[in-house]
Amino acid sequence: MMKTNKKTPKNFILSLEDVSISYGTFEAIRNVFCNFKKGNITSLIGPSGCGKSTVLRSLNRMNDLIPNCSLKGTVLFDGTNIYDKRVDPVEVRRRIGMVFQQPNPFPKSIYENIAFGARINGFTGDMDELVESSLRKAALWNECKDKLNDSGYSLSGGQQQRLCIARTIAIEPEIILMDEPCSALDPISTLKIEETMHELKKNFTIIIVTHNMQQALRVSDMTAFFNAIEYEDGDGGKVGYLAEFNSTKKIFNSPKEKTTQEYISGKFG
Amino acid sequence: MNSLYYQKRLSRNIGDKFFTSLSVICALIAILPLIFLVTYILYKGGSQITPELFTLEPNPPGDDLDAGGINPALIGTLIITTIASIIAIPVGVGGGIYLAEYSKGGAFSRFIRFGVNVLAGVPSIIAGVFIYALIVSTKILFGSMYSGLAGGMALSILMLPTVIKTTDEGLKLVPNELRYASLGIGASMYTTILKVTLPSAFRSIATGVVLGIARAAGETAPLIFTALFSYYYITGFGDLFYEMGSLAVLIYNFALEPYDAQNKLAWAASFILVLSILSVNIFSRILAAFTEKTKRV
Repeated sequence: MMKTNKKTPKNFILSLEDVSISYGTFEAIRNVFCNFKKGNITSLIGPSGCGKSTVLRSLNRMNDLIPNCSLKGTVLFDGTNIYDKRVDPVEVRRRIGMVFQQPNPFPKSIYENIAFGARINGFTGDMDELVESSLRKAALWNECKDKLNDSGYSLSGGQQQRLCIARTIAIEPEIILMDEPCSALDPISTLKIEETMHELKKNFTIIIVTHNMQQALRVSDMTAFFNAIEYEDGDGGKVGYLAEFNSTKKIFNSPKEKTTQEYISGKFG
Repeated sequence: MNSLYYQKRLSRNIGDKFFTSLSVICALIAILPLIFLVTYILYKGGSQITPELFTLEPNPPGDDLDAGGINPALIGTLIITTIASIIAIPVGVGGGIYLAEYSKGGAFSRFIRFGVNVLAGVPSIIAGVFIYALIVSTKILFGSMYSGLAGGMALSILMLPTVIKTTDEGLKLVPNELRYASLGIGASMYTTILKVTLPSAFRSIATGVVLGIARAAGETAPLIFTALFSYYYITGFGDLFYEMGSLAVLIYNFALEPYDAQNKLAWAASFILVLSILSVNIFSRILAAFTEKTKRV
């Protein structure tokens, strides 16, 4: 068998094996080993500049869109290295959807925002039903069922973000990546999104980057703590690495690493 | 201690006043030619406007008759500009899409950007001579020499840089988040551009296209070498392959005639040309204003 057809370890939907990512000559993150369990919510936490968003974007090849970004190592999804030359990044993104930091609905109606993704993915079923069920799953249906033809921009920030989640759900991905989905939102909208995530857990695997440690504690089963250290040659540049990866309970109650302890207690970051 | 009150006689305040008034005067001088030009043409040409102007053929100069109308030239300008648009808009928008969406800022795209800027600065007469050498003198278009088709090609060269630049810039204004949104749910690059990015940039591109058309419609030099001129009605598709009149060339020809009737016709044509270019420009302003309003939603 080809090397790329290695089995993803049991129960693990996505595995990073010795992944290092660089922007040009600048190495952002080094030697990450990490397994994501199916049906779990995993949060990635860490101080700014530790490369957690970079790691998240590498999971569905959004990094391809950043010039000069290169990845070493293997990202196994469904038994395939998604960085294999034969892999179509578009297909990867269809199965691993993404929600971004800033709510970014299309300048179309609420209905079209959801139908767009489904349509380009060749959905032929009942579109009305899909729109309704996606909005329901994203806990937005009751708020916008009477104005499906209004522009996506007419919603509040929190609603827009849930619309973006609904849009991602509609393409029925296996994994949903969320890049600080609540950082632009108020506490009440944040709470709503978190409730939504608990609902989504039943059908999807979620990987979320967050700066908010309380949020990581509230929503996630597993937590990965990333940190940045200075290069050995000591010219001030920093490189990110995965400091500790464990169940959320253990990370927050009895972390093994001293830096994890310091970060979650707010001593730096 | 100096007083906090404004003091007129302070040298910095005098200097400030002087430069303010100087720049206001320069601004007024800059706008004067436009005001004089438009009023003069409105005055000279406006009095010549009659219904027959739009329906009749121009009479050949010399026989002391009435000068006739500008119908063939008016239709000719419309046809030539349309041909130019049909060539320049797809190529220009396509090139702009390449520059803004696909190119990664390498040597090739830098070369194209540089080339487009050079093309924008090429004198229009050079575009005419180029098409003359390429199409007219070689009779490459089914043996026809001067033709409306060749005229349209010459004008399309002048339109191209405007269309490419505004497409490029309009697409660059579309926030990257919108592209990511589409790509993040598994849309291909081509779907993203066609369904998300281009519609968002549509109005700024349309504004650039309209301005390009306005520029092309008033050009004379390239048409003298390519479309030449015709006195006769445009009756069918086949006329595309023969000499074709246009407002700009009609003005050029008739303004130089020694006969008063022809001069008057040239004034009337100037009036129509200026008025239509002005209204096209105003239309593009409205389009741009409309864009800004919708962006804020």
